[in-house]
Amino acid sequence: MTATSGSASGGEPLLALRGVSKRFGAVRALDRVDFDVHAGEVVGLVGDNGAGKSTLVKVMSGIYLAEEGEYRFEGSERHVGGPSDATALGVATVYQDLALCDNLDVVANLFVGREEVAGGAGGVLRALDEAAMEKQAAELLETLTVRLPSVRQEVGLLSGGQRQSVAIARSLIGEAKVVLLDEPTAALGVAQTAQVLALIKRLREQGLGVVVISHNLANVFDVVDRIFVLRLGRKAGTFAVQDTSHEEIVSAITGAEFGGDGRGNGRGAEEEAAR
Amino acid sequence: MSTAAAAPEPDTRAAGAEPARGEGRFAVLQRVAQGELGSLRVLFGLILIWGIFTIANDRFLTATNLVNLALQIAATGMISIGVVLVLLLGEIDLSVAIVSGLCAAVMAVLVEQHGWAAVPGIAAAIVAGAAIGLFQGSVVTRFGIPSFVITLAGLIGWQGALLLVLGQTGTVNITNPTIVGLAGTFYKGATAWIIAAVVVALFALASLDARRRRLAAGLAAATPAVVAVRVAAVALVSFGVVAVLDQDRGLPLALVILIGFVVVFDYVVRRTRFGRHVLAVGGNAEAARRAGIRVDRVRIVVFVLASSLAACGGILFASRLLAVNQSSGGSDLLLLAIAGPVIAGTSLFGGRGTVWSALLGGLVIGSISNGMDLLALPSSTKYMVTGGVLLAAVVVDAAARQRRQRAGRV
Repeated sequence: MTATSGSASGGEPLLALRGVSKRFGAVRALDRVDFDVHAGEVVGLVGDNGAGKSTLVKVMSGIYLAEEGEYRFEGSERHVGGPSDATALGVATVYQDLALCDNLDVVANLFVGREEVAGGAGGVLRALDEAAMEKQAAELLETLTVRLPSVRQEVGLLSGGQRQSVAIARSLIGEAKVVLLDEPTAALGVAQTAQVLALIKRLREQGLGVVVISHNLANVFDVVDRIFVLRLGRKAGTFAVQDTSHEEIVSAITGAEFGGDGRGNGRGAEEEAAR
Repeated sequence: MSTAAAAPEPDTRAAGAEPARGEGRFAVLQRVAQGELGSLRVLFGLILIWGIFTIANDRFLTATNLVNLALQIAATGMISIGVVLVLLLGEIDLSVAIVSGLCAAVMAVLVEQHGWAAVPGIAAAIVAGAAIGLFQGSVVTRFGIPSFVITLAGLIGWQGALLLVLGQTGTVNITNPTIVGLAGTFYKGATAWIIAAVVVALFALASLDARRRRLAAGLAAATPAVVAVRVAAVALVSFGVVAVLDQDRGLPLALVILIGFVVVFDYVVRRTRFGRHVLAVGGNAEAARRAGIRVDRVRIVVFVLASSLAACGGILFASRLLAVNQSSGGSDLLLLAIAGPVIAGTSLFGGRGTVWSALLGGLVIGSISNGMDLLALPSSTKYMVTGGVLLAAVVVDAAARQRRQRAGRV
């Protein structure tokens, strides 16, 4: 484990949030959170239910606007007013429900919404450049070592792990630099989970910044370089994976270390986190 | 933990049966089995139906009757093209049949009673159809009401508009030679053969071009033998149809128009960005929206196209019947126009189907209808048989969907 991590700490972060706060009515979902992810780094984002993980990811993907704080990308402050702004910067999000069209084949799914058309006249009737898209798709899947029966296979006929791989690969078609993965292994079996974790490691090798939200600490320890723990909307700590243990992360998640308030429900949260 | 980390590499290899590149003949065969089995099933069904009716009445397979059949399916098939587009979205349009009648009435009144020329009259009918589609599509998307309900309201409302347009007499005869010529023109001899030859040549050129592009991109392409077989099949069908129809009145213009529309809209659905967006919305509207597709706009355009195609179908109908009356677009036209594509494999659940199912399905259901007419069966039997065929097709569609859901999502 220790050999793979720690390659990219230090230097300018690719994506950084500084003092970000987000309120829903009286609830402070995020309270002056600092977060960053470097190129070639996998950051695990963990926390109990309601800790603000989803809110933080939605701020990064542009769905929520933070009330205070900075959104910095590649070293400068950027205005992100919506999901398309984040996409334009190169921040891609893979949601838990994958958002694939089961009736379309792998190539069509990879390019949906940004299909390539052959040059020449014809306006809206211009033909799709299927050959170019298929070639790019095959090359992309090759670099990620994603194995599929055929790139012309209907996505609905693929296994869960293959579908997740297609969804992740799709985020890279648009020249993404940071990929946010929401519970990428939640619905998968053992072999398929391993397949997806291997893919996440390849994203790191490609020099992307990767943020993984997961309830599964075993998976998180397998694949990430750094673990970022949120608790009640605040940063409870960030831990280099080689210098920490399950116990330390669990106590950061539950707040057991920080005083009495976490004790009462600590056991339940631990079970939740270890699941 | 470290053992789990070591596991991935061998597992990924094991999970994929074949590398993504270099897919061989096996994958092609598999694709034929999965994708085109629907069309094959329909062809077998068609052969079966033709066999039964030929045994029951030896006039069924005569050139005269087949020309009649071609004329009968031209208008319904045209309406069905629009139905296919709407079905691909996962929506339904119950107003297409009555809209075809209403638009034909608009054309008939303008041309026969107000002295318009044929072309502006036809254009006005299509514009009226487009406006109706724009209205219905806008209401569906703006208020998020199921299209089923909106077009059901249309089904009744446009019936009233049809009565209003036709006025006191309730019927308008069509005498304009151009409009009559749409269903009354036949190509015999050399002209018909040239049309068939052009069709075959265009298909061959398109196939070769697609092959060239794939080879240029370094992808696996159909072998020359496969291309030759496909071209030969298209040639066989094209020249065969002309040879048979030429024994009677010849190749009907209406059939040429229908096939032309099918080819164009098949291209739009399978080869253009818009068509891809229609399929994406039909497959998973939320995914399409997140991918940046303007879902509402796609929906509205499809409803506009469906109503416009319905108008075209109505014009062909009026041309064949030489009149528009209060029952235009009524009776079983709606059932036939929707049943055709569904019988030929276009799913009611959206995202799956082809424009060719409008023609193939129209042929199946038209053959049943035509055959029962030849046998002089009563209307009661005809309705029940047609309804039964539609029911069977829908059940097959739903069963296939259940199989996919069980097999596809683990």
